[in-house]
Amino acid sequence: MVAHMKILMIEDDLEAAAYLTKAFREVGILCDHASDGESGLFMARENSYDVLLVDRMLPRRDGLSLISELRASDIHTPALILSALGQVDDRVTGLRAGGDDYLPKPYAFNELLARVEVLGRRKGRPEQDMVYRVGDLELDRLSHTVRRQGREIPLQPREFRLLEYLMKNAGQVVTRTMLLENVWDYHFDPQTNVIDVHVSRLRGKIEKDFDTPLLRTVRGAGYMIKDEGRAEA
Amino acid sequence: MSRLRVLWRTTAVRLSALYLLLFSLCALLLVVYVTAMSQRLLTNQTREAVAAEVDQIETIYDRGGIAGVLRTLERRARQPGANLYVIASPAGEILAGNVAWLEPGLLDSEGWSSKPFLYQRYSEEGNADKHLALAEVMVLPNGLHVLVGRDMQEPQKFGGLVRHALMVALGIMGVGALVIWFVIGRNALSRIDRMSHATTRIMAGDLSQRLPVNGSGDEFDRLSESLNAMLERIEKLNEGLRQVSDNIAHDLKTPLTRLRNRAEAALAQSAGEEDYRASLENTIAESDQLIRTFNALLMISRVEAGSAVAEMSLVNLSQSAEDCVELYEPLAEEQALTLTSEILPGIVTHGNRELIGQALGNLIDNAIKYAAGATDPVITVRLATRAEAILVSVADHGPGIPADKREAVLQRFVRLDESRSKPGTGLGLSLVVAVMELHGGTLELTETEGGGLTVSMVFPRLDT
Repeated sequence: MVAHMKILMIEDDLEAAAYLTKAFREVGILCDHASDGESGLFMARENSYDVLLVDRMLPRRDGLSLISELRASDIHTPALILSALGQVDDRVTGLRAGGDDYLPKPYAFNELLARVEVLGRRKGRPEQDMVYRVGDLELDRLSHTVRRQGREIPLQPREFRLLEYLMKNAGQVVTRTMLLENVWDYHFDPQTNVIDVHVSRLRGKIEKDFDTPLLRTVRGAGYMIKDEGRAEA
Repeated sequence: MSRLRVLWRTTAVRLSALYLLLFSLCALLLVVYVTAMSQRLLTNQTREAVAAEVDQIETIYDRGGIAGVLRTLERRARQPGANLYVIASPAGEILAGNVAWLEPGLLDSEGWSSKPFLYQRYSEEGNADKHLALAEVMVLPNGLHVLVGRDMQEPQKFGGLVRHALMVALGIMGVGALVIWFVIGRNALSRIDRMSHATTRIMAGDLSQRLPVNGSGDEFDRLSESLNAMLERIEKLNEGLRQVSDNIAHDLKTPLTRLRNRAEAALAQSAGEEDYRASLENTIAESDQLIRTFNALLMISRVEAGSAVAEMSLVNLSQSAEDCVELYEPLAEEQALTLTSEILPGIVTHGNRELIGQALGNLIDNAIKYAAGATDPVITVRLATRAEAILVSVADHGPGIPADKREAVLQRFVRLDESRSKPGTGLGLSLVVAVMELHGGTLELTETEGGGLTVSMVFPRLDT
């Protein structure tokens, strides 16, 4: 589904690396592996990757200094930091060092995959699109209006941002934590299905009076907005 | 012997030794001074008496001539304890008086003998005893030398007496100090011994041991009492820690056991792919719950350690509260509850937005969980100010918490619902407590008007 995305995983746990490499290959992502900070830095400099997966604690050079070093030499490959260190402050230091996203261990593979895909896509997609379109659904970022089949659908501001994020990543799986992070700017783990209720409300508004469903629930992963008809074509 | 050495090392003994030395020195100085003073006094008295007598003799000589002098001196010399009288020829030969022998050369010069001299009386002739005396020599107009002196035995005896008294006093002081050494030193020693015995037993793991207190209220008692209070606290903390680790054991072991059982059952009984899939999905869900519990624990300990302090900034509390209400409102609605808010706008505090959001989220989540199905379905999120504080509260009309159990629910893993049928880690409120401590605030649990629970996060007000 993703055409030849190529990523580099810098991870010193060989077993985890082997498992992840295999899992990425199965979904069509080429995954190189470096087992320490120095060789990871070398490979990231010499080759062109779509996304870097960087473990925070690595032998020979830690993940954060690796990313800072890359950024200093003007290499801006999106980097996802993986860390056993959990929370709040670690995330902030990670992002300050030049990371683009932060995922605490242990994580579900689906979560990692969804984030890698979003980061990989980001590279090629201009942010300037003023209007997002998925099938007959249209979201105008300037006038803050949503129309389907030309009919305007009134949305609450938060619902608009939720839909905006989903449509920006149309065709890609977006997890619940990604939604909480990007729409609400909170990074904790909501203990209950708060996000699900918001999504189903939104779904009610954009699908209620129409035939074709657009917003899909991806089991065990999250949500995806997609024009079903066109995707298969 | 080693016992003595130990004794010597005690403070009490060292101090008494030092005092003994100091007192002895002072006593010595005092005695020397007193003796010197009294000697001088006595000598002066002697001189005055002698000088008076010499004057008298001169008068007698003027009136009655040498015969008068002789008569007077003869009479005086015979009285008991008499002074010394000598009449000598100009050559120094003793002519009359009560002295048999004098240090030679004494009669030659007129005036006071420069220092005490030795003499012997007639009555003592033949035995070796010689005595000390002071004397004045006068020369009569006829050339005869007259010596009037006084024995110095008395002052000498007095000095000896004082020296003797000093020795006795020193002896008594020494003995006293020794007694004090033993009483104080040994007493202190034995009490410290008892304390260190108790400490050894405590170190061996018996935290219920206490140091001995004898009720006298002295320094040792006060020390023991504060150490006992400390032990009390340690024991309580230890107990808490043990309880937490028991809870961790329970809360992590139970899902781990389920996990293992499920995998085992799947291996043993599964009929086909469907079964395997279902088992694996369950396994993942179970391990997610485990991870969640673990993360929550980690989070609490990090917040408690204050490591998030670095990321404190100005937080718009009103905005955070609005956001949280907005985030949870659909969830409440799904549970047939109404989430309303009364939020004072523009309230700002210094803090960590992320943690405050999560804490408030936990409170609202709890309210929704426990108030579901209540007769009054309204949950109210309030932001208000009070004299020195900002209050963010969540009030529900659920079953509430009895006043005596409110303290307990703030602890880790404590859930009033013994069967643990509701989902949750039992860590939600503990995290809120930790977050409030980090912000220098408190968490208050009260009863909602008309029944139910109100949980309030009390932030200190910013001074602006």
